[in-house]
Amino acid sequence: MDSILPLLGAGILEALQPLNLMMIFIGCAIGLLVGAMPGLGSVNGVAILLPITFLVPPTAAIIFLAAIYYGAMYGGAISSITLGIPGASTAVATVFDGRPLAQQGKADQALSAAAVASFVGGTISVVLFTLFAPPLAAFALKFGPPEEFALMVLAFATFIGLGGDDIPKTIFSILIGLVLAAVGLDIISGQPRLIFGNLPGFLHGVNFLVLAIGIYGIGEMLWTLETTKGKVVVHKVKLSVQSMLRNLADIKRYIGTTSLGSLLGYFVGTLPAAGATPASLMSYGIAKTFSKNPDSFGKGNVSGVAAPEAANNAASTGSMLPMITLGIPGSPTTAILLGGMIIWGLRPGPLLFTEHPDFVWGLIGSLYIANLVTVLINLAFIPVFVKVLTLPFTILAPVIYILCIVGGYAPTQTMHDVWLMFLFGIVGYLMRKLNYPVAPAVLAIVLGPLAERSLRQSLLASQGDMLTFIERPISGVCIAFAVALMVYPLVRKWRASKQKQRATDAGKNPGD
Amino acid sequence: MTVRTAELAMALICALCSIGLMVKSAELNIGWVEGRGPGAGAWPFWLSAGMLAASLLTLWRWHKRRTAESRSTALYLSRENALVVGISAGSILFLLVATHLIGLYAALFLFLLFYLKFVGRHSWPLTAVLTVALPVFIFCLFEWALKIPLPKSVTEPLFYPIYDLMYS
Repeated sequence: MDSILPLLGAGILEALQPLNLMMIFIGCAIGLLVGAMPGLGSVNGVAILLPITFLVPPTAAIIFLAAIYYGAMYGGAISSITLGIPGASTAVATVFDGRPLAQQGKADQALSAAAVASFVGGTISVVLFTLFAPPLAAFALKFGPPEEFALMVLAFATFIGLGGDDIPKTIFSILIGLVLAAVGLDIISGQPRLIFGNLPGFLHGVNFLVLAIGIYGIGEMLWTLETTKGKVVVHKVKLSVQSMLRNLADIKRYIGTTSLGSLLGYFVGTLPAAGATPASLMSYGIAKTFSKNPDSFGKGNVSGVAAPEAANNAASTGSMLPMITLGIPGSPTTAILLGGMIIWGLRPGPLLFTEHPDFVWGLIGSLYIANLVTVLINLAFIPVFVKVLTLPFTILAPVIYILCIVGGYAPTQTMHDVWLMFLFGIVGYLMRKLNYPVAPAVLAIVLGPLAERSLRQSLLASQGDMLTFIERPISGVCIAFAVALMVYPLVRKWRASKQKQRATDAGKNPGD
Repeated sequence: MTVRTAELAMALICALCSIGLMVKSAELNIGWVEGRGPGAGAWPFWLSAGMLAASLLTLWRWHKRRTAESRSTALYLSRENALVVGISAGSILFLLVATHLIGLYAALFLFLLFYLKFVGRHSWPLTAVLTVALPVFIFCLFEWALKIPLPKSVTEPLFYPIYDLMYS
């Protein structure tokens, strides 16, 4: 603990540098907007804006992107409450009670509760992050290539076991992401690989941003256009300073569920497949279960807004824990942050703490500041955000498309990548319509090169003996968990079918 | 086309792509290279084999009507959705083709004009402001601040005076 405080202090000072502080303010404001816009979430904002961060040094860049991530978690609630449609999937649970509250004319109450709960969730999770990150990173220093590979297998297994999507389609999504990462020059032999049509554009590989912007920029906008048809109705929000203060005093009504939701959100957030959306839904469920008045949920209970909002903020911080300490992203957004770190010449993983302490602690320090900045911007500018939400889609959509195209061009400066991005956007949209999950592919394309390298190094060291992954204790445990996660859906299904069988048997023989 | 047919088509395409990737990977060494470990093609080959297995599993589940999509008789892309999505996708396609022909900035101008005026039916003043302001903003951000030149094709000479100002 004693060793953490000076580092944290230095980190906060680093985050308070004028440039970094400015990045936090701009990032939080953009995050709030991006989060509030229906169809756009933190992952879209971070993917589309990452190329712009080449403008500033890496520490300022990651602080900016982390602030967007953070702000978006606050912002999601704004549209959930005022429009009745979640601004991002992470704010789905906020609609359940936020919408009824807005319909009763209590939108201001719901918005303040969301902001305060987000703040509590953010604060609790950042403290947990500060406590957990250094020991976990120190532990991870012992990892060799087999452990690294086993950890990645575990990360992908969480998508299969906990993702809740169609399993063969999830596996397909993971594998295609890994294959796309393998395009280009082979890291060991230097041979060109999978150069389709002998196009020179494939020689530098498929940049992860091309896939991420394609799917989360173009694909997502097409998806949103289809689902909303560009038409939204805004609920009126009446706000005054007095009502705001009154609402803030309300906090004691939901502080218990908020704290519980924050803890839950943090730990769920660290799992790659879980993240903020399931965390907020689980937190809502728990708040309802423990409530003295569970029937009021869904009809406009402030706790029903506070619980999921605390959880999704906590989860966003939680998902940064494995990214910073292990080099394994805890969510699609952190996958893109991880890819960004590689572009900036940093190697994510445990060595980051020893090699670039200013970077890591600057990021951690910025989370504390961003948490405070976001709640202030949020409370002060709610009317402005509500106004922006009425921006017609026919203005928003072309702006996003343009940012996608120049953003896809910037990293490698070839039109080849822009065409590829367009293709990924259309294919991603068509596949998503058929319930193919897209997040695993984005995670896989970022982790692909690392996974392949650690696999080949391990096999080379063991002379091709696959048992090396099971024989070493840490990797053995990871593989065992991974297998358990992959088998879990089968067991669940088997039990469900057995129960069904029993029910039909009982139905057939009522006299027995 | 119904969702059911679309799922079949997508799974078949995925399976064919997987086979294609396996063949392409097999052009390289997919076995063991002494002293170097697995060959360059091994990793993508076995991943593609996994993709093929996953696609075949989806096909089997489609046949058994296990997935929600395989039971759905709804339209995969209704006429209305096809129009909404088609206009967007088509205009991006136009933007990309036009970038090759007349450069990004001129293409952006036409793209915005089309999208704002003819799709969005916004007023002329708003359209005029945005069609000029957005390309200028992109120019300042990328060319000036980030020093990333964006493609200008035949319109390149028009930018010479601006370059003179920027780099003098």
